[in-house]
Amino acid sequence: MDMKPKLENIIEVLQTVKDPEIDSVSIVELGMLKSIEENDGKVLIRLLPTFVGCPALDIIKGNVRKALKEQVNLTEVEVEFVMSPPWTSDRVSAEGREKLKQFGIAPPPQKMEEDGSWHVDCPYCGSTYTTLDNIFGPTACRSILYCKNCKNPFEAMKPISTLM
Amino acid sequence: MKILSASEIKDEQYKKVLTELLYQLADDDFIIAFRGSEWLGLAPHIEEDVAFSSINQDTMGHAAMFYQLLEELGEGEVDQLAHGRKSSERRNAIILEEVNGPGDYLSEPEYDWAFAVVRNYFYAQAKKGRMDSLKQSSYQPLADVAVKANMELYYHLLHWKTWFTQLVNAGGEARMRMEKAVEKVAKDFAGVVTLGELGAEMVSHQLIESEELLLKRWKNAVEPIFQATNLPLPDLEMSRGDGRTGVHTKDLDKAIETLSEVYNTDPLASW
Repeated sequence: MDMKPKLENIIEVLQTVKDPEIDSVSIVELGMLKSIEENDGKVLIRLLPTFVGCPALDIIKGNVRKALKEQVNLTEVEVEFVMSPPWTSDRVSAEGREKLKQFGIAPPPQKMEEDGSWHVDCPYCGSTYTTLDNIFGPTACRSILYCKNCKNPFEAMKPISTLM
Repeated sequence: MKILSASEIKDEQYKKVLTELLYQLADDDFIIAFRGSEWLGLAPHIEEDVAFSSINQDTMGHAAMFYQLLEELGEGEVDQLAHGRKSSERRNAIILEEVNGPGDYLSEPEYDWAFAVVRNYFYAQAKKGRMDSLKQSSYQPLADVAVKANMELYYHLLHWKTWFTQLVNAGGEARMRMEKAVEKVAKDFAGVVTLGELGAEMVSHQLIESEELLLKRWKNAVEPIFQATNLPLPDLEMSRGDGRTGVHTKDLDKAIETLSEVYNTDPLASW
């Protein structure tokens, strides 16, 4: 009997591994999964870091191994962070964008103006009447904004692109 | 020709020159991020505290990537490279190790925000030139890291350019202090631009472009800002020596002593 988990099973498990700092979104939805390779029963998972100084990376690594062991009894797992291709904010999936909003974080804007400025709508009320308070936020990947319509402060995921 | 990984390097001289370049990149980012971290809780306002610590976290992350590349070349472990090396082994520019100002972050810090803004603006712009050049580096792992660092650096540069322009344009004491800080940073900033004694070989191995070219791009980038704020662009000097050759000040000894205090209690601990 073949007990080896299939690729689909592994991806399903990775769907349950959330960003420790945004626990509504999985690392797959964030676009962090690069590849899954299998060699002689050993699985190598390559992930793309969002921001390289992010302290959540080591936690994510541990959580991936833990989830695969607990859910599909896979113990020979190696998780590696690689720099190529670089993670960019357009890798966040459509579901990921929706789930970011549920967490109160506006998804990364899909376009930037020529002067480098960008705009996002409020993730709570949808208003476009928002202002940027601080490009830098509580984590490396987020900015702090304010909605003048519903008067809520909120955060947005920073746009990150190789065109910068 | 592109070299795709450490194991593909056959030429010992290539490895030596690459190693030298990586130490410069890693040590520069490491020490300026450390100096920045000493500002935590002391920045001019709360939003700046958030921004500056985020920038320092990114920059420390970049240093870690460069140390990681050194580890792959057999130079030792990342933590040891960051914490366990004496000042004479460090390759960072002298202006980046200089204390933030008189006093200590634990008691009566009289840090100079003008100096922080000028040093960081000049540095972010110089780093931008380097990263752009490294994207074409013959060593592919370094080119990949440069692409990654460059995207985060975009926000750093924007941040420091904004501070620089606003403080200089504010006039009065702000402008006077900024002028003084520009003078102070310029006296040693050539130490950031230089690639050290192996610079020519770095170029011939197509690891990075020449320091003359990098300097020219730096000047072209800062000149419009200086013109718009009606400041004369100073000549860059290296008045206290070349950090790339291991020449450093007491400030670096003290910094290493402080930042490695916890590491040295148990160098074998895993964090």
